[in-house]
Amino acid sequence: MENQAAEVTLIIKTEVLNKVIAEAKGGIFMSAKTTIIIHSGDMDKLSSALIIGNGALAMGMEASLYFTFWGLLRLKKGGLNKGPLSKMHMFGLGKLMIKSRMKKANMASLERLMADFKELGGKIIACEMTMEIMGVKPSDLQEDLIDDYGAVGTYIQEARDADITLFI
Amino acid sequence: MAEIKVDVRGETCPVPLVEMRKALRKADPGDIIEITGTHPASKKEIPMAAQALSVKIISEEQLKNEWRIKLQK
Repeated sequence: MENQAAEVTLIIKTEVLNKVIAEAKGGIFMSAKTTIIIHSGDMDKLSSALIIGNGALAMGMEASLYFTFWGLLRLKKGGLNKGPLSKMHMFGLGKLMIKSRMKKANMASLERLMADFKELGGKIIACEMTMEIMGVKPSDLQEDLIDDYGAVGTYIQEARDADITLFI
Repeated sequence: MAEIKVDVRGETCPVPLVEMRKALRKADPGDIIEITGTHPASKKEIPMAAQALSVKIISEEQLKNEWRIKLQK
């Protein structure tokens, strides 16, 4: 009994020590994590979320995106680019204008951002309750992108050890 | 020991960082990764990322509108 307790204490102490050593080296732990809830289906907001997700992965963090509500619709087959602009959409005219400006600035497309996110090991979670409410079946979604289906528990489990968490 | 060249001239946020990370993931320990780009913020952020990833920065240089950063895995 006493031995076991001592062993547990030792394991905890070793973990703390490893953390301190890694910090002293100026390195960030590979386990550092960013989680983002994508509630909005707006094109510009999805773009920001994917850029942040890619940035986190590029800088050595784990990243997971939890798609819910209007955001979930962007995971539908062919839905990635279907979102309106969050402001100045003007029946699609504003979106067209912004899209041409984005192209001029050579900004990466949503497809490319999504492909890079997956290539760097990013995780995509789809909200099951939204699927139920909106009558979305798994076969309606881009299943090849989705790592997990879940509800609030899945998100909390992802986020409880995250260093950065955002709601977009 | 290989030298890997990453050309992100004309690319903007977050592509230079992402391409750097992809190259690092594919590289073997000891390999040199040379990134050339034009995006101003990435010139600062690639060394930041390298430090976060505990990757050695060999050199940083600015040539007219371009910058070139060499890293070693």
